[in-house]
Amino acid sequence: MKNSLRTPYDGIVMAAPVTIPYARYSIESAQWWIGRALSALVAKAGIKASDIDGLCVSSFTMGTDSGIGLTQHFGLCVRWLDTIPLGGASAIAALRKAARAVQARDADIVACVAGDTNHVDSFRLTLENFSRFNQDAVYPYGAGGANASFALIARNYMRTYGVTREDVGRIAVAQRANALRNPHALMKTPLTIEQYLAARPISDPIHLFDCVMPCAGAEAFLVMRDETAASLGLPAARLLSTIERHNAFADDPMQVRGGWAMDVGELYAMAGVKPDDLDVVQTYDDYPVITMMQFEDLGFCNKGEGAAFVRQHDLTIEGDFPHNTSGGQLSAGQPGAAGAYLGLVEGLRQVLGEAGPTQVKDAKLALASGFGMINYDRGLASGAAIFAGPAR
Amino acid sequence: MIDPIEPPRRKNPLLRTRLPASPPRPRSRTSHGFTRAAAEGRFMLQRCEACGTFAYPAREACPACLSAGLVFVDAPRRGALLAETTARVPSDVYFRERAPWRIGLVRMDCGPTMVAHLHADCVEGAPVIMSFQLDKSGQAVAFARPEGETPNMADDRQWREMTADPKFRRVLVTNGRSMIGQEAVAALKAAGAKMVFVGVSEPWRPFAGEQLLRGQAGIEIVTLDAADEKSATDLAADIGGKVDILVNTTEYVRPGGLLDRKGTSIARDEVDQAYLGFINLAQTFGPAMRMRGADGINSSAAWVNILSVYALANWPAFGAYSASQAACLSLSHCLRAELRPGGVKVMNLFTGPVDTEWFQTVPPPKVAPRAVAQAIVSGLKGGLEEIYVGDVAAEIKQRLAANPKALERELDK
Ligand SMILES: [Zn+2]
Repeated sequence: MKNSLRTPYDGIVMAAPVTIPYARYSIESAQWWIGRALSALVAKAGIKASDIDGLCVSSFTMGTDSGIGLTQHFGLCVRWLDTIPLGGASAIAALRKAARAVQARDADIVACVAGDTNHVDSFRLTLENFSRFNQDAVYPYGAGGANASFALIARNYMRTYGVTREDVGRIAVAQRANALRNPHALMKTPLTIEQYLAARPISDPIHLFDCVMPCAGAEAFLVMRDETAASLGLPAARLLSTIERHNAFADDPMQVRGGWAMDVGELYAMAGVKPDDLDVVQTYDDYPVITMMQFEDLGFCNKGEGAAFVRQHDLTIEGDFPHNTSGGQLSAGQPGAAGAYLGLVEGLRQVLGEAGPTQVKDAKLALASGFGMINYDRGLASGAAIFAGPAR
Repeated sequence: MIDPIEPPRRKNPLLRTRLPASPPRPRSRTSHGFTRAAAEGRFMLQRCEACGTFAYPAREACPACLSAGLVFVDAPRRGALLAETTARVPSDVYFRERAPWRIGLVRMDCGPTMVAHLHADCVEGAPVIMSFQLDKSGQAVAFARPEGETPNMADDRQWREMTADPKFRRVLVTNGRSMIGQEAVAALKAAGAKMVFVGVSEPWRPFAGEQLLRGQAGIEIVTLDAADEKSATDLAADIGGKVDILVNTTEYVRPGGLLDRKGTSIARDEVDQAYLGFINLAQTFGPAMRMRGADGINSSAAWVNILSVYALANWPAFGAYSASQAACLSLSHCLRAELRPGGVKVMNLFTGPVDTEWFQTVPPPKVAPRAVAQAIVSGLKGGLEEIYVGDVAAEIKQRLAANPKALERELDK
């Protein structure tokens, strides 16, 4: 195992995981959802809003607002502020920045929050206006959105490594089983592999149950030093390591690996743990095939062995590899930028023993990953974090 | 392999005509380098002047060396199809109506990876040839087709969305008295046009070449004097709903500029015939064409203007004529904008002096009317917007781009 030269996150903790239950459509604004999450954070942590002196926000649907507008909107006076537009990598990026801010005492309590609304038209508008490369060179080609872009990646990946739809389907089916135990998951009916395989095609080889359901929702957590958490009497999880990478492997003609593969050694070295030590794993599941790619790139198996890995493991809450325990975005819903937070917040609940019906027994050590921004032909942003509950 | 398209059936007048929708239109300013290429049927990519790297999508700095010297240059068209997908439930109205829609990712031999519309005969892993086409929004898109010809290649459903192929379409050629008009009729028929209406003013007055038009299947002489508003209105009332392609062959060439002419009577005729004639045709035929842009196999598709290349730079020997052509060129851009919501293309052909009586004293090279007709057909089949026919037109274009002042001085002789 290689050594990490990076400054350890000594004494940096995460607390107060908050999820505002999702809604398929909402007539409320993103600001409303973010407001609910901040309110829930304050209530859960037993602090006053004025105790929050750092704020980090992510949202696709805030319109012209950024973090600064929200300070006045919500009556917050902060000395550290960030707005992170990294889609599915936003939560990991927010955590990394907030952790260093509290470590350097630039702030004491940072609220990391993401929220998005989903009006009937907002998903299409987000697709249309996603990025300049997307506007110029992707959206005019069938307007298939992320489904079409990931279909190209999935098709190439599946052909290259001999992966079948059934292999990929195992991930979706296991997550649905997990979601049935999450009272807030939008998907409430069981999913069999037969149903998965029989689903209608959306953009071959992507079929209906490979796609997330866009929705409204918000997620949040606090980052602080352990002495702050102790003084507040807050249960907290210690941050052990993180990685973040953008535009990795630009010379790969098509994406068969994410930036994790570049930094995975560092991820485990800094945490001082091995993949086998993890009790629960939360990957960024915008598509199950991307989750399979992460199993490889995050070191659970070698490249090309993702299909074998999911055949050999039970990914449900009670299985030998508990994964995306709340149902993930595939079954809980995809609340825009809050989808980036979903896995991290659920992982936090797991190691704090607060996950309730989705709790993995004795979960102490968790990994959460993020992936995002299909700017043109591939997802550009990747990140991951490993954190440990008080029991470890 | 694709099946040939079937001739359209007779339209049920009780059914609502499907209104045109437009594919997504927004583009960055730099991306219009591809629009320019597509308009002329060229394949251009940005290449870094400093390090030679080809880049795509349109960028403001080289991804290999950060130089700002990215220049659009003609680029090798060959690539390989890495992966394809079929979008079945697009979020956009245009594509939803046309789903399933096939796209792919192509690795160009010269480096970049391009998302492209796919011809149905493209095969994963196999070589493809890339072009930029103007889609129904008028913007450039990359289109990949197989290397080499395949059966019924031009009948591909997605390709036909990018072009204005005359096959099975009904065409109005506005002036059958001219040589260009007559050659255009023949070329369009040969290209598979279902019907060619040929406008002739005072058709009882005999004219050369008449026997080529009369009594031919699929060719119908109609009364049209474009300069006469009532004549254009009457004809549009009769056939306006079944003109899919309009070829404006109005021609009025007289020598002379300003000081050697007396009064405005000739200039007035030039304006009446070319400019006001254009307006009459646009106002009478344009609205129906704009509405019928998505009306099946024989949807309205294109408006063609034949302009003198001296619309771009005045040639004093034919100075007033040049000005009338410049007015028509300007008007064509207005028409293009107004027909765009219907997905109807406006194609301008620029020619040097044509081999007809009014350019009798002009030395060669001159453009044969048949060459103009062939360019009309190939431009429609390729979905082009600007075509330069013949050596003179091509040269004027280059000289204009190189140094407009030099061209101005040199045309004065
Ligand atoms: Zn360069």
